Amino acid sequence: MLIDTNHFIEIRNLSKQYETGSLAVQAIDHMDFHIDDQEFVTIMGQSGSGKSTLLSTLGALNRPSSGQVLVDSLDVYALSTEQRADFRSEYIGFIFQSFQLIPYLTVFENVKLPMSVTRIKNQEQDRMATEVIKRVGLTEKAFRLPDQLSGGEQERVAIARAIVNKPPIILADEPTGNLDSSTAHDIMALLQSLNADGHTIIVVTHNQQMSAYAKRTIHVSDGRCV
Amino acid sequence: MKLYNISLGNLSRRKSKVLFLVMGLVIGISTVVTLLSISKAMTLDIEERLNQFGANIVMIPRSDHLSLSYGGVSLGGVDYQVKEFEQARLSEIRAIKNAKNIGVVAPKVLGQVDLMGRGAMLMGVVFEEEMVLKTWWQTQAGGFPRTLEELLVGSYVAQVLKLEPGQEIQLGGQTFKVAGILKSTGGSEDHAIISHMEKAQAVLNKPGKVTLVEIAAFCQGCPINELTLQIAEKFPNAKVTAMKQAVMSKMQSIELFRSFSLGVSVMVIFIGALLVLVTMMGSVKERTREIGIFRAIGFRKGHVMQIILLEAVVLGVVGGFAGVAVGNALAWLVIPLVMKGTGFAGIDGYLGLASIVLSVALSLAASFYPAIKASNLDPSDALRVL
Repeated sequence: MLIDTNHFIEIRNLSKQYETGSLAVQAIDHMDFHIDDQEFVTIMGQSGSGKSTLLSTLGALNRPSSGQVLVDSLDVYALSTEQRADFRSEYIGFIFQSFQLIPYLTVFENVKLPMSVTRIKNQEQDRMATEVIKRVGLTEKAFRLPDQLSGGEQERVAIARAIVNKPPIILADEPTGNLDSSTAHDIMALLQSLNADGHTIIVVTHNQQMSAYAKRTIHVSDGRCV
Repeated sequence: MKLYNISLGNLSRRKSKVLFLVMGLVIGISTVVTLLSISKAMTLDIEERLNQFGANIVMIPRSDHLSLSYGGVSLGGVDYQVKEFEQARLSEIRAIKNAKNIGVVAPKVLGQVDLMGRGAMLMGVVFEEEMVLKTWWQTQAGGFPRTLEELLVGSYVAQVLKLEPGQEIQLGGQTFKVAGILKSTGGSEDHAIISHMEKAQAVLNKPGKVTLVEIAAFCQGCPINELTLQIAEKFPNAKVTAMKQAVMSKMQSIELFRSFSLGVSVMVIFIGALLVLVTMMGSVKERTREIGIFRAIGFRKGHVMQIILLEAVVLGVVGGFAGVAVGNALAWLVIPLVMKGTGFAGIDGYLGLASIVLSVALSLAASFYPAIKASNLDPSDALRVL
């Protein structure tokens, strides 16, 4: 269902409530904001502020209790489960905390993973994967397994996997959380260059220094934008 | 990159779990293969024994004769209308629907002859067929007839008339030479003079005629009653009798073993399926994080199911092949131990193929619920374990 909006991403009156036993936790509380195409935004907040829940909701992974997530005029949660899977494949590139690579697949295979459910032919997959692996500087290590790489290198593989399908939006959850300061800055610089190439980047972080790479920062506290 | 790369990658990573799953399938499939191979060997053995036992169908002309004999003691009878068969028509026996089950067709012509002033029974046989049927025939002196002019004498006839091998006798004006004296069998042949069919027909003046036909049929999967009916249809004037007792008791024992094998197989297969189910469930639980990642990067529920079911197919094929190999090896080892004098009948291609299909079906059936469970995992819940 297409909805008229002036923004690439628009969050309308979004709420998310969790039930934990008898306790109800308000992770997102009536949030409204928008992100424009090709923006680089960081979402900052303390642990438990609701920023990761917000990211997964933005990524069509976590149905909100109420409100709307509009992406490219599309009401994401009006889509069926399988349509949302297709939406994620086409629109979203995820960079997870702790990299989350598939341990039994090589760097090359991990990068090609999102393309295994597309109609892209094997030869083209190889070309695209080779290109992004070169972009993140891991050509020499393309056929290694994840556990044969350093943390920074694994993060680069996760980024390569996120961008290989050329999704317009990249969502990153604490991408520098497990890295030393120098590597963290390299990764943020890489994300910045991807933004310059036209990707909309949304990074969840609690690190003030990392937000310097973004064009805008959304501060979250107790499930609200502050 | 295709989904099967993920399935194969996962299987190659979890070698011990794969080994465990394959073992479960191998135990199930090899049990089925072993038991069915033993059952097949038993059937073949009984078929062979049945052949050695002799005829299991007897065809005689239908007549109004009232039998007045009991336990070998004949009180005589009255033949109102004795009919005989045309020998030329016997080839029709091999044209019945279940012709492949017909083993030996041994025709005989019977009649009374005068020998040294005493009445004796002359039996004309086709020696090639008769010797296959009567494997227990042995001579106590001399050998079996080689020429048309030679004949065999029953032990009782030889004793009464003091006949010896090499001696010449006159029957119906023709001269015959006694080739051998048959060792006592306790049967009718002890009282008979046995010659070649053509000669006996000439002596008895019954050219081209046959008095009775003994038939040996293999009865694996063929109801003996069906065979007798099919033969009776071809020969309306014949009385076709099945020696059911011998056949039935043998077949019953095979059926009993088959039922036992089936019961054991079903139980072992059920346990194997349960093993696959439990292991696959555990595997899905272990892979929650991985499934979460798949779903997050755009895999549909169907894609997750495909990955798990593809793994099940690979396991099923490997387990099936290994099960068939182990089952045949066990049958090869066990059959000579449990059935003296019988060997492994060889690898049955159809059984092998059916076992592999069964293994795949079993693996798929046992993995279906875990696959559904995996595909229905909420990606946000799955990612919460990240």
